[in-house]
Amino acid sequence: MAADNETLKGLIDQWRSQLSRRAALRPSDLAELEGHLRDQMAALTETGLTDDEAFLVAAKRLGNLDAVSQEFAKEHSDRLWKQLVADSAPESAPARSSSVELVLVIALALAAAAAIKVPQLFGFAFFGELEEASFYARNLSFFVLPLLTGYLAWKRQLPAARRPWLALPFVVAAVLVNSYPLVPDGVTLILVALHLPIALWLVVGVAYTGGRWPWDGDWYDGYMNFIRFSGELFIYYLLIVMGGGALIGLMALLFSAIEVDASWLLLEWVAPCGAMGAVLIAAWLVEAKQSVIENIAPVLARVFTPLVALALLTFLATMLWTGQGIGAEREALIGFDLLLVLVLGLLLYSLSARDPQAPPNLFDWLTALLVVCALIADAMALTAITARITEFGFSANKTAALGENIILLVNLAWSAWLYARFLWRRSASFAALERWQTAYLPVYAGWAAVVVVAFPPVFGWK
Amino acid sequence: MNFSKDLVAASATHLALAILNEGDSYGYAILKRVSELSDGQIQWTDGMLYPALHRLERLGYVVAEWRLSERGRRRRYYRITESGQRRLAAQRRQWQTVNDTLRRLWPSSTLDAGSGLAW
Repeated sequence: MAADNETLKGLIDQWRSQLSRRAALRPSDLAELEGHLRDQMAALTETGLTDDEAFLVAAKRLGNLDAVSQEFAKEHSDRLWKQLVADSAPESAPARSSSVELVLVIALALAAAAAIKVPQLFGFAFFGELEEASFYARNLSFFVLPLLTGYLAWKRQLPAARRPWLALPFVVAAVLVNSYPLVPDGVTLILVALHLPIALWLVVGVAYTGGRWPWDGDWYDGYMNFIRFSGELFIYYLLIVMGGGALIGLMALLFSAIEVDASWLLLEWVAPCGAMGAVLIAAWLVEAKQSVIENIAPVLARVFTPLVALALLTFLATMLWTGQGIGAEREALIGFDLLLVLVLGLLLYSLSARDPQAPPNLFDWLTALLVVCALIADAMALTAITARITEFGFSANKTAALGENIILLVNLAWSAWLYARFLWRRSASFAALERWQTAYLPVYAGWAAVVVVAFPPVFGWK
Repeated sequence: MNFSKDLVAASATHLALAILNEGDSYGYAILKRVSELSDGQIQWTDGMLYPALHRLERLGYVVAEWRLSERGRRRRYYRITESGQRRLAAQRRQWQTVNDTLRRLWPSSTLDAGSGLAW
């Protein structure tokens, strides 16, 4: 009997270690499945089966380990981000061959690099008159974002019939901003240049998630991954641009040593072309490294959440201590917008790396504290600033900044509420926070679209 | 009886929610209850229930916690939430409609007679 127990223990250990190699399964899932296995075995031995017969039947009923772990991977796709995928089982959809993908990405990067120079053929110098600069400012989104969308649509194997819907927003936006009589040195032109990429980024997201539009039912599912993708893309892009900038500086030095002026080549060709192509290379890197390298954005969020919380607390304490109200209007408003964006970024990337099923921990309290501090600071700023705006009237800049502030404030306020419910009463699941953040994404894009479409005519194109 | 994969996928979450609506339970007991209620006709691959339960948890329809059974075994118990109950009520109306429609198409007499025939 003792020997029997030994073999049975060996069988179960082996079964468990086979399961534990799957990236999508956490120790708590293993414990849950093992509990099931043991319950089933207990029931079977009562009907007269021996222990190892019971094990075989129970293990068989639990199902093929590949299929079960794939089902877990589908439900917990977040888990595949941080670890090497150990099992060799292929995905259900055949993956695109990686060498074909590399060729395509390089071709698209070259296309993006070429696209930024095409207007020059028609006489739009890159460093030209005000009129020319305004052309580049309003069209900056169209040199690279359509190519990025195309790459992602290809990568996700989007059906051909649904691809035109992705092109439509780009076409509409391009026609619109180029037909607007924007004043070349006007404020609304700068607002359009800043907000158009934000609005169109949602279209990139639709391609990234394989064609999920905001009005589709299962909208939430893919967009947490898109948030992860965006954060990593931003960091990879920054790293590439910084490296490229250093290389350009070095080349300028070397050329000046042989007394050849290469600045026209470096500034008019290498820098803009490189900046465009780098977007696609960065996107490809994020896709390729997704499951190999630890995500960077959440690591940065971990480092900076305590620091920003401390800085904000100091700011609030100083403000209370000195009794100094919030002063200058536009700069202050933009400053507080940036603060809210920073806090929202920290919140998003802390969320994105968290195991949704884990109970609250110290870091959650810290994040909640950060959000509350930001809310208090912003509420004080907002009351001071709105009073002044109503006194001096609305300009395009102020209205845009105010709208953004309110949108971010609403998001953070509801996040704080969900956080509080999660931390104190455990009545809201952590997933509710994730859902709220993904459901809110269209609001940013929507507001950006309003600024692009409505602000220029409303504020007289200036 | 062999059910098509789609039908299993469509019905599994509602069966699980409906059973949790009777009271808190854990994976193995949910499967046992399904098997009892269907006289052993509905059998899933056991392992597939857990990703489905985790999905319900993520959507906020159930909450889960580890508890000890009488025999000291750790089990992950699931409890239906208010939003889960609302979801169940909505699903129930939809399934009722499908059921009523099929009943009108397949009057019970032909179903009874048909069950004796090899299809």
